[in-house]
Amino acid sequence: MVENKNVKIVMDKDGIDRCLTRIAYEILEKNKGGENLVLVGIRTGGVYLAQRLQKKISAIEDKDILLGILDITLYRDDISTSSKKPALGKTKIPFDLDDKKVVLVDDVLFTGRTIRAAMDALIDFGRPKMIQLAVLIDRGHRELPIRADFVGKNLPSSLWEAVSVNLMEKNGMDEVIIEGET
Amino acid sequence: MKLLLTGARVIDPSQKMDVAADVLLENGKIAGIAPELVKTINSKYPGKVKAIDLSGMIVVPGLIDMHTHLREPGFEYKETIASGSAAAVAGGFTSVACMPNSSPINDNRSITEFIKRKAAQAALTNIYPIGAISKDSAGSQLTEFWDLKEAGIVALSDDGKPVMDAALMRRALEYAFSLGLPVISHCEDINLFGGGLMNEGYYSTILGLRGVPSIAEEAMVARDILIAEFTKTSVHVAHVSTAGSVRLIREAKKRGLQVTAETAPHYFTLTDESLQSYDTNFKVNPPLRGIDDLTAIKEGLADGTLDAIACDHAPHGRTDKEVEFEYAACGISGLETSLGLSLQLIRDGVLSWPELIAKMSTNPARILNLPKGTLKAGADGDITVIDPQIQWTVDVKAFRSRGKNSPFHGREMQGRAVLTIVGGEIKYDGR
Amino acid sequence: MKFEKKDILGIKELTVDEINLILETAESFLEISTREIKKVPTMRGKSVINLFYEASTRTRTSFEIAGKRLSADTINISASTSSVVKGETLIDTARNLEAMNPDVIVIRHSAAGAPHMLAKLLRQSIINAGDGAHEHPTQALLDMMTIKEKKGRIAGLKVAIVGDIMHSRVARSNIYGLSKMGAKVVLAGPATMLPRNIEQMGVVVHTNLEDAIIDADVVMMLRIQLERQNQSIFPSLREYSQHYCLNRTNIQLAKKDVIVMHPGPINRGVEISPDIADDPSCSVILDQVNNGVAVRMALLYLLTGGNE
Repeated sequence: MVENKNVKIVMDKDGIDRCLTRIAYEILEKNKGGENLVLVGIRTGGVYLAQRLQKKISAIEDKDILLGILDITLYRDDISTSSKKPALGKTKIPFDLDDKKVVLVDDVLFTGRTIRAAMDALIDFGRPKMIQLAVLIDRGHRELPIRADFVGKNLPSSLWEAVSVNLMEKNGMDEVIIEGET
Repeated sequence: MKLLLTGARVIDPSQKMDVAADVLLENGKIAGIAPELVKTINSKYPGKVKAIDLSGMIVVPGLIDMHTHLREPGFEYKETIASGSAAAVAGGFTSVACMPNSSPINDNRSITEFIKRKAAQAALTNIYPIGAISKDSAGSQLTEFWDLKEAGIVALSDDGKPVMDAALMRRALEYAFSLGLPVISHCEDINLFGGGLMNEGYYSTILGLRGVPSIAEEAMVARDILIAEFTKTSVHVAHVSTAGSVRLIREAKKRGLQVTAETAPHYFTLTDESLQSYDTNFKVNPPLRGIDDLTAIKEGLADGTLDAIACDHAPHGRTDKEVEFEYAACGISGLETSLGLSLQLIRDGVLSWPELIAKMSTNPARILNLPKGTLKAGADGDITVIDPQIQWTVDVKAFRSRGKNSPFHGREMQGRAVLTIVGGEIKYDGR
Repeated sequence: MKFEKKDILGIKELTVDEINLILETAESFLEISTREIKKVPTMRGKSVINLFYEASTRTRTSFEIAGKRLSADTINISASTSSVVKGETLIDTARNLEAMNPDVIVIRHSAAGAPHMLAKLLRQSIINAGDGAHEHPTQALLDMMTIKEKKGRIAGLKVAIVGDIMHSRVARSNIYGLSKMGAKVVLAGPATMLPRNIEQMGVVVHTNLEDAIIDADVVMMLRIQLERQNQSIFPSLREYSQHYCLNRTNIQLAKKDVIVMHPGPINRGVEISPDIADDPSCSVILDQVNNGVAVRMALLYLLTGGNE
């Protein structure tokens, strides 16, 4: 199996960090500072990226930016037809979302269905002033009219290729890889 | 026409016979048993003998089930005398005694005569009605034993219900004994029974089903033995299910008391462990007991404490069984599996062939004073032919009985009746 | 791990891994009940029938809320067991319900084994919400969740279950569950309320309360069915409460941080004194209720997966 795979590293540790730094500044620029700004990471990859963005933004602004964690499993549109029940993670949004500017954070933007579910979930928690989307990788192939406000890298890909964002916090190293059969 | 059964092993416990011989039936009676009769008989009566080759088979006196429920009158959807008769001969039984708990209860001459008339119409197996001890089996007033006897009952029982009033039981034993009628006691102390649903023990505890303690049976076995002893009469204990009952009966017999007893195939085949699926086909009264009880029942059969095997044939309709365990009727449709299950006792070394046949024919005949259970010359031509090797699978859909309620559905069996002859006539041929 | 069971009939049938999965899933569901909008769309278009043959406010409501918070349509059917005698049989009722094509049938019935009968017959998932004196698996799961929440673990704890063990499905399910999860289970009750051979379930049995609750981490008091008084199971409520009521004095025998549980509804002053029942430093009775919704949400979620 392994021999048949063509694995390509498209972004390394430094690349990821540079992207996140740029996105942090873009978020602040677009929102004219950190006022009423909160970050919500989508389980699981988005959570670690959101934590890194939280650090960067808090440092730039010199104030604590709030961070929430969202598990979208219960909002998936394939939940009743998928053969296996995805493990359910905990959702933690320990603050009021009303009138907040929410930046959703995820690792890869693909069909858009995860983001659709995440927006539905967020709206159940309150009425944000606006929702923006930050992703490290946009690989295309949207199935819903969704686009990201902040993108680390646009990565054209084929449907049969797999794009993975490996992060220190869960995989022990930072890299973005794309793999497909040769 | 004469009937000649050739080439079989003939076992007749009534005359301690176990030989390879041919059996001649003439005018509905046993005419003779001798080796190789076939060689002389045809020349003696040319063209007048129908010979049946039964090589490898076992010929025994017609089997008798002394404890059946034929349900008619009143519960014809469960069984009729005709369907029960068909089930009996298919199971190898040339005679059955039927319990009085029909509706109305067989507590008077007209019901007894009705049963006998229906039995004659069915004309398959011999049917011997058992009359109720008390009116409506309500346990308060004796029935007319003498009149019932003249009408044709062979024993008395309130089966399905115990006689809780000890004084009434005493009177019943005294009066019946003077008339030569056996009394069959359904031993179950109603208060200890307490509406129980299965044997009281570990399994009733984990299943959350109300338990029937073994002492519910044993307390009344002990009582009836004491009454029989005091009044110098006899008593027959129905469907013995516990180790304690076996012990009490064994001790009573040792002291020379006139106590006899029967058990049913399910009590030496199944235990209460089987109830874990809540399958109502395993619900029976008395309930399936523990493994120690099962072992004691086998010991009781082996040492003669238990005289008879009777299946307590209790056919039910689907609506009686396809309900919650708590509401389900008790009982097993047993006539067509009784012999097959009992033959396992021989393979397990519990009983010899003659001992098993004694418990399924000779002894029930003796207890009920029937002129049956023997192959002596001149006796009624009731014969069961058993194929001891045949492998078969229990299929309730193939039952002649209307009652398809059997926990043995799907069970692999070895041995069954293949020919049932009643009064010299073949009533069932399953060869 | 993947949850493979079609039905939840009893704790006896669940493995330790399955119990852990249910508890962890339930813990994730707790948060939903704290939201402004206490509803997720997970079971949209699915229906849950609550078929209750026994009066129950608590369990039925809990299942109903659980279903509704998952956006399932919940339909409550209260049936009387008396209709079993004169009307439609359980099997007929079940076949009729099946024809309406629900996804889950929750059943409570006074006859032990009734849910098993349905499970064998129907393709739908069956959840046992209490069958006779047999099992009450969702209660045991919420009890285990509460213990885990308060104590951080179940293994190694001493749990005393006190009262009418004989008639208690809560006791049986908890004995199975807590034993599987590594707790030491001790029972206490009058001798007449201890079913035969119960010790074969791997529990220690006492006939007085004090012996059972010494050094207990958890004390679970069972409800006394007042009508049992007439069945000679015990002489009187007065005598029972004098010897088997958990109070300020005897609770001192348990560990200092003991938690007190009760499946409800409580007979105040009979099996538990009011000051103990209402003492937030030890009573977790209301946490049990809260966790009950989460556990039932978890079961509905796990049972209504895809069919492939």
